[in-house]
Amino acid sequence: MSMRALGIVLAGGNNNKMRELSNKRAIAAMPVAGSYRSIDFALSNMTNSRIQKVAVLTQYNARSLNEHLSSSKWWDFGRKQGGLYLFTPTVTASNSWWYRGTADAIYQNLDWLKRSHEPYVVIASGDGVYKLDYNKVLEYHIAKRADITVVCTETFDDVTRFGCVKMNEDGRIEEFEEKPMVASTNTISTGIYVIRRRQLIELIERSAQEERFDFVKDILIRYKNLKRVYGYRMGSYWSNISTVESYYQTNMDFLKQEVRDYFFMQGPAVMSKVDDLPPAKYNPGSDVRNSLVSSGCIINGTVENSVLFKDVYVGNNCVIKNSIILNNVYLGDNTHIENCIVESRDTIRANSYYCGEDKIKIVVEENERYPH
Amino acid sequence: MKKEMIAMLLAGGQGSRLGVLTEKVAKPAVAFGGKYRIIDFPLSNCINSGVDTVGVLTQYQPLRLNTHIGIGIPWDLDRNVGGVTVLSPYEKSGGAEWYAGTADAIYQNMAYMEQYNPDYVLILSGDHIYKMDYEVMLDYHKANKADLTIACMPVPMEEASRFGVMITDGNGRVTDFEEKPAHPRSNLANMGIYIFSWPVLKEAFEEMKGTANLDFGFHILPYLRDGGKRLYAYEFNGYWKDVGTLGSYWEANMELIDIIPEFNLYEEFWKIYTKCDVIRPQYVGPSAVIDRSLISEGCNIEGEVHNSVIGVNVTVEPGAVVRDSIIMGDTVIGKNCRIDKAIIAENVKVGENVIMGESPEAENVLKPKVYAFGLVTIGENSVIPPNVRIGKNTAIKAVTKPEDYPNGELPAGGALVGKDGE
Repeated sequence: MSMRALGIVLAGGNNNKMRELSNKRAIAAMPVAGSYRSIDFALSNMTNSRIQKVAVLTQYNARSLNEHLSSSKWWDFGRKQGGLYLFTPTVTASNSWWYRGTADAIYQNLDWLKRSHEPYVVIASGDGVYKLDYNKVLEYHIAKRADITVVCTETFDDVTRFGCVKMNEDGRIEEFEEKPMVASTNTISTGIYVIRRRQLIELIERSAQEERFDFVKDILIRYKNLKRVYGYRMGSYWSNISTVESYYQTNMDFLKQEVRDYFFMQGPAVMSKVDDLPPAKYNPGSDVRNSLVSSGCIINGTVENSVLFKDVYVGNNCVIKNSIILNNVYLGDNTHIENCIVESRDTIRANSYYCGEDKIKIVVEENERYPH
Repeated sequence: MKKEMIAMLLAGGQGSRLGVLTEKVAKPAVAFGGKYRIIDFPLSNCINSGVDTVGVLTQYQPLRLNTHIGIGIPWDLDRNVGGVTVLSPYEKSGGAEWYAGTADAIYQNMAYMEQYNPDYVLILSGDHIYKMDYEVMLDYHKANKADLTIACMPVPMEEASRFGVMITDGNGRVTDFEEKPAHPRSNLANMGIYIFSWPVLKEAFEEMKGTANLDFGFHILPYLRDGGKRLYAYEFNGYWKDVGTLGSYWEANMELIDIIPEFNLYEEFWKIYTKCDVIRPQYVGPSAVIDRSLISEGCNIEGEVHNSVIGVNVTVEPGAVVRDSIIMGDTVIGKNCRIDKAIIAENVKVGENVIMGESPEAENVLKPKVYAFGLVTIGENSVIPPNVRIGKNTAIKAVTKPEDYPNGELPAGGALVGKDGE
């Protein structure tokens, strides 16, 4: 599909369902599965689908995301043909707004779309964990002579946080309800779309004139009877990490052999920024079971059913259970962590005790690691 | 195009005392410390010291080395001007010559060095494990108005006769030197790291060219000493290891797993960079036991690992017990194996129930000096069939079958090395 499609990754968003985790970063920059960031999945899918030119639209707390994307070479976008474009809102002669919605975010960067010559656009969000060859969606889109194709999946998660979709036998979407109070289906939109570039420009411009800013509400739903909006059913693993519960569950999914085999062992690979950390070091006293451990970790204690991200230090006699420890966390000796997510760069003092009771506890400590 | 100092890294050596490990791979490309290769240390030292122009001289089995270095991305040595350049021997109009000595290899690449019109040339070898700030050494060179500065390490006097030693006056100026002296007059061992002032090096080459097997230690240094040039010894007191033998290679790896290792890979301020294609975390299974070990990205550990250094993407199946061993990337250790004090190179398949290294010692039949230290050494891409026992001081580099093991055993001192290592 080289040069057949552009990519747009919507990575601006955040929500209060991420609780304290959203204070630090956009959801697209959330660390996932030990060594990755959420946006790696969309970007890797783009490059593995041979899409060479990708724009990432960011807004909320983009520092962490920008740092992750500071070089595009990890996803093979550091090329003369194409490349990775980071679009944050800027004040221009004609515009002084932040992105007021997904459609507005695209509108504010419409020149980029207009100057391109690829016939199609693949739009994805930065908070999905999945592998997908977008070419297959594009082929479906062309075969169905669709105006917009929405990638859909079945979910048994809380359906009401998604767009719920009903298709007819041909796959055309007849009903589309965004975040319904009561869901009548468990077919949902994954937030991945294929659309002809000129069609997108036209729809975005018209919405902007009408002061409408949301891609789902103001384009997909509003035009669904006027335009041919089709659903492409995706059968493979897909998860959206934008609530604490689903974020936790998605990480824990990687403790399952079949999930690891699918993402890690079967091609194509998921790419990420390389950090050049040394191998994980297991000292006497370490006892690690059914866990993922990333590079740079130093372990002196017990770790069970957990995911240790990069550069985690586990002190002597620590017990970590059913928890996610994000990047560069220092856990002092004799610390007990259970059913928790420990925020990155945290320093947990020795003899601390954290346990999530009825729900996952988010641990945010900002102690001095090296007190003066 | 002007660069103040460029580095020339000698990476052409075989390192024959590493046996099957260097049968198809130049020594600088041998894995070390789990995810690294030996050449990562001097290359990382270069970029960390601000030396961004490095010529890497290759000759022996360069494929792995070339693949590893590529255009230098992992070390930030992909530069618009300078960066890393792999320099292999080439044919000239008068005929073709291999690199015949350390200095000869550098001399044959005069044109590469001239391009950058350097003030100083740093000569390195790709065989050593250490962290050194070459910029500090350069400052020392400048402060002494030296023509040549030689990095030296104080070694115990009783070991000095294994090295080239520098004899200095009170101010660090080298007055004399001796190669492997029986009765050393100094304990300052030459580390093979030189900073030359470029005009001095050029002039020495002009005079000495045509000398057979032109070597820094044997020819260039004596020439400069006799010419009254200013030679200085730069004393280095950090960790430095020449992993020349299987024994010292094994030991240096094992030192990395000490609680606070003398050579610490975990320091933020002097990172070691490498090309590592595997990003994913390692998975440690429900029945795994790991202690005192280094384990790299992408491993799948279901068995036990004690006192070992494990490379990238290694599988240790349930019931297997790995002890005091080095296992390199992509290798699979089958169920219920017992692996003791082994060095197993890349992409080896070890079948189930294999027992390694549990036997009395015996001298190796092939190369008794190489395959010693009580180690089992297995070369890359080898296959070990299930249910066999392999004794100490053995070497294997072949796709072996059960019939290669009479009574299911390769006794201590045995060797199964295929023709040309295939």
